[in-house]
Amino acid sequence: MKHFDVIVIGGGHAGCEAAAASARLSARTALLTFNKDDLGTMSCNPAIGGLGKGHLVREIDALDGIMAKAADYAGIQFRLLNRRKGPAVQGPRAQSDRSRYRHAIQNLLSSYKDLEIIFGEVVDFFGSDDEVLGVVLSDGSVIQSKKVILTTGTFLNGVIHIGDKSESGGRMGAQASSLLANKIYGYDLPMGRLKTGTPPRLDGQTINWEQLEEQPGDDEPTFFSSLTKALSCEQVSCGITHTNARTHEIIRANLSRSAMYGGHIEGIGPRYCPSIEDKITRFADKNAHQIFLEPEGLNTSVIYPNGISTSLPQDVQDDYVRSIYGLENAKITQPGYAIEYDYVDPRCLDSDLSVRSVKNLYFAGQINGTTGYTETAAQGLVAGLSAALSCSGKDPVVFSRRNSYIGVMIDDLVTRGVQEPYRMFTSRAEYRLSLRADNADQRLSPIGKEIGCISNERWEAFSNKMDKIEVLRNDLRSSSFSPNELNAQGINVAADGNRRSLYQVLSFPKVGFLDLVGLDKRLEHAEPEIYRQVERDALYANYIERQEKDAERLKKDEAIAIPKDFSYEKIEGLSAELAAKLNLIKPENIGQAQRIDGMTPAAILVILAGLKVIERNARAGNA
Amino acid sequence: MDTIFALASSPGKSGVAVVRVSGPKAPDLGRQLIGDSLRPRYAHYGIICDDDGQHIDDALILFFEGPKSFTGEDVLELQIHGSIAVVSAVLAFLGAKKGLRHAEPGEFTRRALENNKLDLSQVEALSDLVEAETEGQRLQAQRVLKGGLRDRCEGWRTQLIRAVSLLEVSIDFADEDVPEDVTPEVIEILAVVSSSFDQELSKSAGAERVRTGYDVAILGAPNVGKSSLLNYLVGRDAAITSKIAGTTRDIIEVQMDLSGLPVTFVDTAGVRETSDEIEREGIKRAIMRAEEADIALFLSLEGDLPDGLDDMPNSYIILTKGDITGRDEAISVKTGAGIDNLIDKVVTVLSEKFPSSGVLIRQRHLGAVSLARDSVNCALNMLQDESAVFELASEELRRALHQLEMLVGRVDVENILDEIFSSFCLGK
Repeated sequence: MKHFDVIVIGGGHAGCEAAAASARLSARTALLTFNKDDLGTMSCNPAIGGLGKGHLVREIDALDGIMAKAADYAGIQFRLLNRRKGPAVQGPRAQSDRSRYRHAIQNLLSSYKDLEIIFGEVVDFFGSDDEVLGVVLSDGSVIQSKKVILTTGTFLNGVIHIGDKSESGGRMGAQASSLLANKIYGYDLPMGRLKTGTPPRLDGQTINWEQLEEQPGDDEPTFFSSLTKALSCEQVSCGITHTNARTHEIIRANLSRSAMYGGHIEGIGPRYCPSIEDKITRFADKNAHQIFLEPEGLNTSVIYPNGISTSLPQDVQDDYVRSIYGLENAKITQPGYAIEYDYVDPRCLDSDLSVRSVKNLYFAGQINGTTGYTETAAQGLVAGLSAALSCSGKDPVVFSRRNSYIGVMIDDLVTRGVQEPYRMFTSRAEYRLSLRADNADQRLSPIGKEIGCISNERWEAFSNKMDKIEVLRNDLRSSSFSPNELNAQGINVAADGNRRSLYQVLSFPKVGFLDLVGLDKRLEHAEPEIYRQVERDALYANYIERQEKDAERLKKDEAIAIPKDFSYEKIEGLSAELAAKLNLIKPENIGQAQRIDGMTPAAILVILAGLKVIERNARAGNA
Repeated sequence: MDTIFALASSPGKSGVAVVRVSGPKAPDLGRQLIGDSLRPRYAHYGIICDDDGQHIDDALILFFEGPKSFTGEDVLELQIHGSIAVVSAVLAFLGAKKGLRHAEPGEFTRRALENNKLDLSQVEALSDLVEAETEGQRLQAQRVLKGGLRDRCEGWRTQLIRAVSLLEVSIDFADEDVPEDVTPEVIEILAVVSSSFDQELSKSAGAERVRTGYDVAILGAPNVGKSSLLNYLVGRDAAITSKIAGTTRDIIEVQMDLSGLPVTFVDTAGVRETSDEIEREGIKRAIMRAEEADIALFLSLEGDLPDGLDDMPNSYIILTKGDITGRDEAISVKTGAGIDNLIDKVVTVLSEKFPSSGVLIRQRHLGAVSLARDSVNCALNMLQDESAVFELASEELRRALHQLEMLVGRVDVENILDEIFSSFCLGK
């Protein structure tokens, strides 16, 4: 019988990242999936990154994860979003060649010596009702393991809808694992139902590109991985078109035939990625919606029309697509569809993504109610690291709201749960100014080094960069200039007689590093990568200092741990509703408890009082 | 959740005493006392008997079904005869019931807070109202108890959430189909909020004083009539609320209600040249006290001041002993002349100096709102500059929101996302 440390079920973005992370920590890891083609498949739009999402990819990369490298290899159009806003809210995004992405992931996975990829269907867990010790395959064979990570995405009770037709399945053409689903329902975990949609895919050769607006990539590509130095393939542009009054008319006339509006779907869809039916209903006064025509790759003519996901019947899809400018003759290669699926309320997970009520079992990815490749991959990373660390008896990595978007997401999921598919936004991160895409390595690579999940190559590159940053920062701090000297260089400073260091001057929003070079010869040799980093740090310096004070307060709250067996029912003055919620979520500390929806300052006080009693009793018991 | 009970009216003898019961067992108790005819918000007649069938008292019983009650839970109010013995027998009767226990101090209010019947500012106002001794204090507490502060905060919050969401939508959905330049609308919103903060702050500058009281110091040379004036004010009517011995032998304080304002008059040692060290110390303290006071009344026979006493920004010269000096403008405690005018003047000066028609009635409220105003102004300055850094402006507005949230409730990122998704069509 085979025996592993960690088994990962599912070969999507979460599964691949989880298996890779576990293998990086030298845990003997098995990745179980139906077939090889599942590995690295982009089931929705052919793009990686974006605002908040790009931050997550950089964080995955800082811990040597595989998504960033694969996305760079597959990137056929790179754009840094929010280029004209501050660096804290800039996010890298790339269109990907689907097949290159899949190959990159498969190659990266095959490079891990501790990872074995096994093809087959998992039908059951091996173990008891509250402890998992491995998996059972459809041929009856058992594979044992210390930990099991489940990353089965939308496969729980997944139903696909095209108009009034529906069939079960995770996504078009994929098998659904219903036996395993029954096992998971048997755990009696809190569940919910969500929905999401895809647009019809178009044959690019039937699109009239000449009439359409073109959206090219950036001249200077911004990569995801700090180890990527150059483009690895040809670059392409996307096209832009819009829906119009005629399109809306067709859709409106057929709303009753839409799965979503015809009453066939009960799940809750994301508000930020609405179907075209949703858009024209909720924003009836808008007479055009933008559509991005995204190529799915270099060697395919398939186009992903981003912005018109739908669950209308196929004949209506044909009609409305052809009413759109430039798509008059477009051929649909695969109709759009909506998919409904069950998710597990992530409030039943601990922040290492282990299931609280079942030993050795972890959940990661879309099964936890998130949406998007990067959200799912980041959870895979967390679960993979946690499981592997736990196998060797080590503490899990703590991702907190202060050190990463990963921490923000995990904390949101396990303390607040999800009401709609959860997507990352920069506005979710209260320490946004310090959690930037550009300093992900500074925030996380030292942690990666400590637990041993990053390569020597990365660590050397990182240390080298940090040394240079340190030298430059010291140079900027070590000399000071009078207002007259600064004004002479064209830098506007109040004539208050105060001498300022160049680092202070750099924190003025209108001053860039290059404005300072004339003042100090040592600055002439700074490399762009280095001085840009210092520039960004300086811009936010004052705010970051203030945020650090807030973070201190949070740290204090997070230091007050709540025992796992703390019984909220016995706490006087806690409403039954809140007590029930607290019992479900089991916050690990006061900081988490405060973020629970509906929590009041009074309730926190009552809980604190309850903790004091326990502490006092414990002291009395010891005395 | 326990069902709690307590005497809601004041202890001691009275015509009627009110015992309040709140919690899940309240309806059962009501039905036990009056049968199945128990209806919410009706006055029922019932007889309270102990378990042996012994008659304790007749009662008027009111039932409030949650959440439409003070605590938000099911509440029963028993109006019984207000004797010490009846009350203690009824409380003992309730205490013997399973699942019922005597409430801890403030527990009814705490439950109201937890059940969202009151917000934090209203709890404060409720305590102010119970403590109110003057009309001004009552009016002020009522204003906040009725939700005045909550309503103001809600108004500001809605505006600021709108402003943040405009900034955030242009940050987080930059690659989508959203309005390109949100700055003009954000600036417009912030300008309105900022001036509204200013207005409320200036209207509320004196509110804390209405709660805690004003100080009026009486100074002057020995024997100019300071103590006589104080005694006259004290004897004038039953306006004294307390008489406190001064921190030194030389300072006497009397707190009274002047047209609804709580005012403490402070009588001080007479000011004169002296070689007596103890007396000199007393005079030094008298002058310090006068400087700290809201108003310093300098009493004088002829309008001149003794050496060592100089004009202060808050001082007014009052001529005394008009019955002796024959000056028309002087007051006289013998004849009572000019005293009403003096009181009117004090009240007018205090009301003008400390406007208190606002809803920021505690230092905590003023502090939070002025911090919020600073942050909003900072964001406003940033956005008016063309090199606007959206994420920094948004950071400032979040701080402002946090301050308001501390006042009454909470706001979080979900509120902002809700606003974003309800106003913009997003999604590629």
